[in-house]
Amino acid sequence: MDEIKELYQQMILDHNKEPRNYGKLNNATNIAQGHNPLCGDKIDIYLVIDDGKIQDVKFYGSGCAISKASSSIMTTILKGKTIDEAKGLFEKFHNVVTSDTESEIDVIDLGKLAVFYGVREFPARIKCASLPWHTMMDALEKNESTTSTE
Amino acid sequence: MRHGIVIRDKKPIQEIKVIGFDVNKIREDFPILSTLVRGKPLIYLDNAATTQKPQIVIHNVSNYYATYNSNIHRGVHYLSEFATRKYEIARKSIRKFINSQYDEEIIFLRGTTEGINLIAQTYGRKNFKEGDEIILTEMEHHSNIVPWQILAEEKNLKLKVLPIDENGELILEDLVKLITTKTKLISVVHISNSLGTINPIEEIIQIAHSYGIPVLLDGAQSIQHLKIDVRKLDCDFFVFSGHKIFGPTGIGVLYGKKILLDDMPPYQGGGDMIKSVNFEKTIFNDLPYKYEAGTPNIVGAIGLAEAIKYFESVAIEDIINYETHLLSYATELLSEIKGLRIIGTAKNKASVISFVINDIHPHDIGTIVDMDGIAIRTGHHCTEPVMRHFGVPATSRASFCFYNTKDEVEQLATSLQKVIQMFS
Repeated sequence: MDEIKELYQQMILDHNKEPRNYGKLNNATNIAQGHNPLCGDKIDIYLVIDDGKIQDVKFYGSGCAISKASSSIMTTILKGKTIDEAKGLFEKFHNVVTSDTESEIDVIDLGKLAVFYGVREFPARIKCASLPWHTMMDALEKNESTTSTE
Repeated sequence: MRHGIVIRDKKPIQEIKVIGFDVNKIREDFPILSTLVRGKPLIYLDNAATTQKPQIVIHNVSNYYATYNSNIHRGVHYLSEFATRKYEIARKSIRKFINSQYDEEIIFLRGTTEGINLIAQTYGRKNFKEGDEIILTEMEHHSNIVPWQILAEEKNLKLKVLPIDENGELILEDLVKLITTKTKLISVVHISNSLGTINPIEEIIQIAHSYGIPVLLDGAQSIQHLKIDVRKLDCDFFVFSGHKIFGPTGIGVLYGKKILLDDMPPYQGGGDMIKSVNFEKTIFNDLPYKYEAGTPNIVGAIGLAEAIKYFESVAIEDIINYETHLLSYATELLSEIKGLRIIGTAKNKASVISFVINDIHPHDIGTIVDMDGIAIRTGHHCTEPVMRHFGVPATSRASFCFYNTKDEVEQLATSLQKVIQMFS
């Protein structure tokens, strides 16, 4: 059960149970919808961007524990970040979940993102974890269309 | 790699007793059942998606390639004639298995999905006119919805849907209300892949025929659980996939009454489906070749015939009996789990259990039990209308086969308890 413990670390279970920044933002400047047709996960990302910075962020929707926790953790990380920083974090996250399972990752540098380290062992679940991040990137582009991880 | 294939020790276990049926002995016929996944003995409960293959099928598939690989029909050399004979013997054995009258009523194709598409694009395209109606049911697999939608769009047809009740049973009394003079076909699933419901197909066919309406039966899930007799059922079309009955993937069968098949236009053009070709006119071949354009899945047909031979050697009555016991034991055990709700509680069910647990997403359940080596399927099972009916985005589904054991059912229950604990 080692991998599973790693995957469903307390932090993920906690964020799944009590998601942070859950809801809609009426004053959102950027909104995108994410959809994973494989499991039916639907996550909307609301961003308030002002002065090149993400002033506020919320997510709304339904999904599995991994997509919900990933959304929740992402929102806590993004608040106050510049657009460039947000894009950099996306890259970092992407590396965490898609890197070779044999490769070593500097866990300290990753902060909260390190909890998604275990996802690499479960290729079918990588899409769950990355859905909110792709949707956020879409929102930054102000892309109105639905993001799909399929 | 943590995921490795390792042969494990077999341990005898306390089993459900069906006289003359020895599950431990049966398990020895399936090499994959003694492998490890993620370091645990494989517990394969995804049989509605595909069944495992007995050694005899694996052997016959590899033997074709090793000793008589060649293209069939029109070959004068030894190997080609030998392969042609094997391919046609396979057709005969399938005819016998489902008790159709003529060999040429057995059309080899890729699977259930292709069978339904073939009927839609040939029989449907020729016989349905604008405003005509097709009746489906709410529990159809997407493969028995989408081909009709494509045709309906093209020809302006109307699709009508026979609803299901809270147990996942068809509301049969509504059927006559849906039938009009414009109803041209009833296309219905024999056993629901997501609910396990065994539909009262004899009654449906009787009603349909009393109005002169033909019936297409989707046998993807019934072929391995019931004794299929197309003449007794009197269905007009019956389709199934080989891989659901211990055969290879990529081979399936369309059965159609000869009188209907004869009258249908071809599906695909190509080699084998013609008698003569010139640029002015082509004469199409007779049944069944009219519908088998191109080099078919020769080894698939041969493997499927072998799989059916194996299936019959186990004895269908014993299989039904054993699976019924397994289903009731699993239903009992899973029902005891607090927070677990079974979706699909029809009186007449095949060994399929769909369920949800509290608000835990099925994909989380699937991943966690996978760590115990348990393979179940999670998602909408290509039956989104069923999911909507029960107000769930997805379910977890354990589907049992006669090679599954009581012990495996117990391990599933234990693993599900672990899931609940983790999310509490």
